[in-house]
Amino acid sequence: MEILDSIFLNTKKIFLDLLGCWLPDWMILLVNIGIIIGVIAVLGPVIMMYLTLLERKIIGRMQNRIGPNRVGIFGILQPIADGIKMFTKEDIIPQNADKIVHFLAPVLMVIPALLAFAVLPFGRGMIPVNLNVGLLFFIAVSSTSTICVFMASWASRNKFSILGGMRSAAQMISYEIPMVLSVVPVILSAESLSTYAIVEAQARWSGLHWFVFTPWGLLAFIIFFLCGVAECNRSPFDLPEAESEIVAGFHTEYSGMKFALFYMAEYMNTFTVSALAATLFLGGWEGPVLPSWLWFFIKTHALIFVMFWFRGTLPRFRVDQLMGLAWKLFLPLTLINIFVAGGYHLISDRNFRVAGASAVLLVSFLLFTVFLNRKYMPEKRRYDLVD
Amino acid sequence: MFFGLGVLRGLMVTLKNFVTSYFMPPDRGGLFTVEYPEKRLPVIERFRNFPFLVYDKDPENPRCVACEICANECPTKCIYIEKDTDPNKKPLRRPAIFDIDITVCMNCGICEEVCPFDSIYMDHPFEVASSDRLEKLLFHKNDLLKSNDYFHKIRPTHAAAIDARRRAVEEKKKSAAVKPSETGQPPKAQNGGKP
Ligand code: SF4
Ligand code: SF4
Repeated sequence: MEILDSIFLNTKKIFLDLLGCWLPDWMILLVNIGIIIGVIAVLGPVIMMYLTLLERKIIGRMQNRIGPNRVGIFGILQPIADGIKMFTKEDIIPQNADKIVHFLAPVLMVIPALLAFAVLPFGRGMIPVNLNVGLLFFIAVSSTSTICVFMASWASRNKFSILGGMRSAAQMISYEIPMVLSVVPVILSAESLSTYAIVEAQARWSGLHWFVFTPWGLLAFIIFFLCGVAECNRSPFDLPEAESEIVAGFHTEYSGMKFALFYMAEYMNTFTVSALAATLFLGGWEGPVLPSWLWFFIKTHALIFVMFWFRGTLPRFRVDQLMGLAWKLFLPLTLINIFVAGGYHLISDRNFRVAGASAVLLVSFLLFTVFLNRKYMPEKRRYDLVD
Repeated sequence: MFFGLGVLRGLMVTLKNFVTSYFMPPDRGGLFTVEYPEKRLPVIERFRNFPFLVYDKDPENPRCVACEICANECPTKCIYIEKDTDPNKKPLRRPAIFDIDITVCMNCGICEEVCPFDSIYMDHPFEVASSDRLEKLLFHKNDLLKSNDYFHKIRPTHAAAIDARRRAVEEKKKSAAVKPSETGQPPKAQNGGKP
């Protein structure tokens, strides 16, 4: 187990030791950084490729279809065929488009998606950069993708694009807040912003002391995950690219490889958000028996499966429903959750605190849902001065 | 009743579909898909695709008498017929050219309905796609002519009924032809009494 656990770390170490025979120390340092960057740069597109295949397979099964299975066994070469197709397609730029921004948007879109990989703890000791503000970094970087979406929509000079961009901005504002607030209890409990430290805080009970097993953790996990789904523009929150309403939203005017870049960013976001949710609430790479990096990938893929599952099941939200969910349910719940988590840490009696926290959260949830479910009828207006 | 319960119920439906698609038969939530080029469903007897011409024994003497009724009735006008002639340029009762442009044919089956000589019927093969529109998708007489046995093979019920009817007509003709000879009068020649 120990060998498997650190197999990647040891491989890198042996490689660097070998290089150390010829190269000076500072070069080794550079090579080390180069390896990490290389791994991420390769991992991103590869993840995107097999996630598209996985999604098509899973959704196919949910709709009693088989899914792609022609290119290679089980269709494993399908993403490559798609990639070739994307490369050979014509790259169309609308005549009135803002050429520079139109070109920059898809390129910039991929950068935050790749940067977010930097703070993910893939396994024991396998974190690209152990930032002490890793969580903050992730949230800051991943929310910048909205700027790229808006750039794309603005530069295309297309009314559907601009509608998609507007929706994306509105969605980002309403989802970023509950998302950030929902991780506060985790920070509170782990007493750190570093993703690595957060994972290590869940190491007790032979790696099963996950935050999701506490009442506040469960609620925060659900809210964080749903906001994450909204953040990477996936169904049922895919309003910025709603096909049935606004053609393709912000990427209406994109074709060929630029379109593929948007796709790539979306799938890499899917992976990073799921990975972060697994890190924060499901114990990251902690877990019994299996090697740490395997645990990490299992948990991440379980969450990705749930995302695909959502997409196979739920219809798209209306804009006002989406806003209502974020502002009227998630935001107050996360605020209450922070206080509950604080109280939970103050009380030492285990049974009492679990019961108390669950009760408070359940009551507030019911209260808010009743609140939310109220029929809202705008009052009739009379304009006396008109006649 | 509860907020979000409907969503959970919907999620369960898709999950059930996902799981059952791996090991259940189609009627209990499994996959319906037949992976076509490798596996195929049997073509049912009444399936009808592009028309073909029936001959009884000899492809040189098909049932078709080149009456051009089908060509006139065809809504898309995709049948082209030319009568055969003997060396003296006298028209014969069989086609020299019988072309059907199947890029135009819409499989309506009207030709089959109107043919008074039980000659043209709808066929079974459907994989006729080709990259050569002008040659491969214009069926000539030789492509269209198929034996009565083939007709029996693809549509046994229909073919048997047609054969029974033809035999009955033939019997009637024979008895009608025999009767006048019994009364001593010579039978009327088929070709209008001309030598
Ligand atoms: S197929 Fe039938 S209707 Fe058409 S020309 Fe021949 S005999 Fe006449
Ligand atoms: S099936 Fe219809 S369209 Fe085709 S040849 Fe016969 S009459 Fe014409």
